[in-house]
Amino acid sequence: MTDTLESRPRRDRHRGRSRVVPIPLLAPALIGLAFLLLPLIALLVRAPWRSLPEQLTSAEVWEALRLSLVCATAATGLSLVVGVPLAWLLARTCFPGRGFVRALVTLPLVLPPVVGGVALLLAFGRNGVVGQWLDSWFGITLPFTTTGVILAETFVAMPFLVISVEGTLRAADPRYEEAATTLGASRFTAFRRVTLPLIAPGVAAGAVLAWARALGEFGATITFAGNFPGRTQTMPLAVYLALQNDPAAAIALSLVLLAVSIAVLAALRDRWMTAS
Amino acid sequence: MTRSAHRTRRMLQVAGVSAAALLTLSACSSTATRSDQGSSSSSKLSGTITVFAAASLEESFEVLGKTFEKQHPGTKVTFNFGGSDSLAAGITGGAPADVFAAASTKTMAIVTDEGDAAGTPATFVRNRLEIATLPGNPDRISSLKDLTRPGLKVVLCDRTVPCGAAAEKALAAGGLKLTPVSYEQDVKSALTKVELKEADAAVVYRTDVRAAGDKVEGVEFPESAEAVNDYPIARLKNAPDPETAKAFIALVRSAEGQKVLSGAGFLKP
Repeated sequence: MTDTLESRPRRDRHRGRSRVVPIPLLAPALIGLAFLLLPLIALLVRAPWRSLPEQLTSAEVWEALRLSLVCATAATGLSLVVGVPLAWLLARTCFPGRGFVRALVTLPLVLPPVVGGVALLLAFGRNGVVGQWLDSWFGITLPFTTTGVILAETFVAMPFLVISVEGTLRAADPRYEEAATTLGASRFTAFRRVTLPLIAPGVAAGAVLAWARALGEFGATITFAGNFPGRTQTMPLAVYLALQNDPAAAIALSLVLLAVSIAVLAALRDRWMTAS
Repeated sequence: MTRSAHRTRRMLQVAGVSAAALLTLSACSSTATRSDQGSSSSSKLSGTITVFAAASLEESFEVLGKTFEKQHPGTKVTFNFGGSDSLAAGITGGAPADVFAAASTKTMAIVTDEGDAAGTPATFVRNRLEIATLPGNPDRISSLKDLTRPGLKVVLCDRTVPCGAAAEKALAAGGLKLTPVSYEQDVKSALTKVELKEADAAVVYRTDVRAAGDKVEGVEFPESAEAVNDYPIARLKNAPDPETAKAFIALVRSAEGQKVLSGAGFLKP
């Protein structure tokens, strides 16, 4: 691995990478890697390779996959639109209780997703705190709809983006922004033209994390949006229900989800995440 | 200084006396338990048994577990409640369980087909479907056919889980076609959707309606007779303490056990 990296022409990118790895770091690193990969290898070993083509040609699988990709991408988009400004607010401004707000933002990370789903129902459900007004004023009901899936995924995935972007913002030098404002740019222009390009790698990394989390989201989705093929049944839901009476089909579906996410993440990584 | 030392000594004395008293008390109680055990006919039972049981059995089995531990001091019953299919998958995958109580014969067959059960499973209760509506039944649902009314939000269990398979059977028996807003992953989540008033009705078990109290209202329907679920119970081959496992199954099937189960809404086998 290191050899192929070293043999690349752009050596400057690999400054600080050495061939000498101390054993106290190498051993736990390899154990960690093995721990992460073994379950995936087991999935491959036990995969029903013979019946795989037949499993994968069913229309329901493709519908679930399409829905998963659409919803995860929409959730990532929504997270970017509101998450990046939120991260900026947390990193660059000073207001009382900022630490507390930051803790609140990360709450969906520790909340069991099913509880998150129930909370979403209580807020945006037909009888929810906000949902009842949406229903009676605009006739909008969110549970059991594709929009509901996107909201559930955004709820769970956005904290990953906010944390990642906020970390990058804190590491970025605020003086560039200040310089821009002293030269006459408004704070928003400075954010748009100076800060955003500066933190682009962090935003991309956060977006990828959020997308991956949204793609695998199960608990909040099935609780808030229910499970209906073509409308709210994403791949993780299809996998879970297949697991109930046909584990082989569940493994086949998981492999599809894994393959697609690895393909997308690898492509994104090469394009965006090496920009730093 | 001296006074406080004196006080400390007194406190120590008091503590010593109460410790002694406690010792005597516990000695008393331990003899009492021992004599209890002696009088009990099945004093040899001991150890911990693990019972894997369908989620719908939770309330009644918790009660029966307490009864069992009281009848056989020294034993302990631990439960793992969940969807019958996941439990069956766990057992065939090697999860340490002594007794399996499933919500359908189909899920029990997964375990018996793998040769993991000892002896033939016995049906100990049956469960019937019921419609759960909002409290007061504001949509005036009185039959299964009413659920097909347009605009009504109905949730069903997914057909991969027993309650969904049963609902499918009942609908077929009535010659009805029903498009729900969601196929839920288990019966409790279907019920939750009605409890939270997100859905207008759900097809669940009688026992779930009973357990939900006044948060939902139950509506019986004749087609449910076509889709009665048998609940089989079996001792598992790898049970380390087969006698204790057998005794627990005997309690579940006894008149006493049946009383608890029918109180929860289950039907006699």
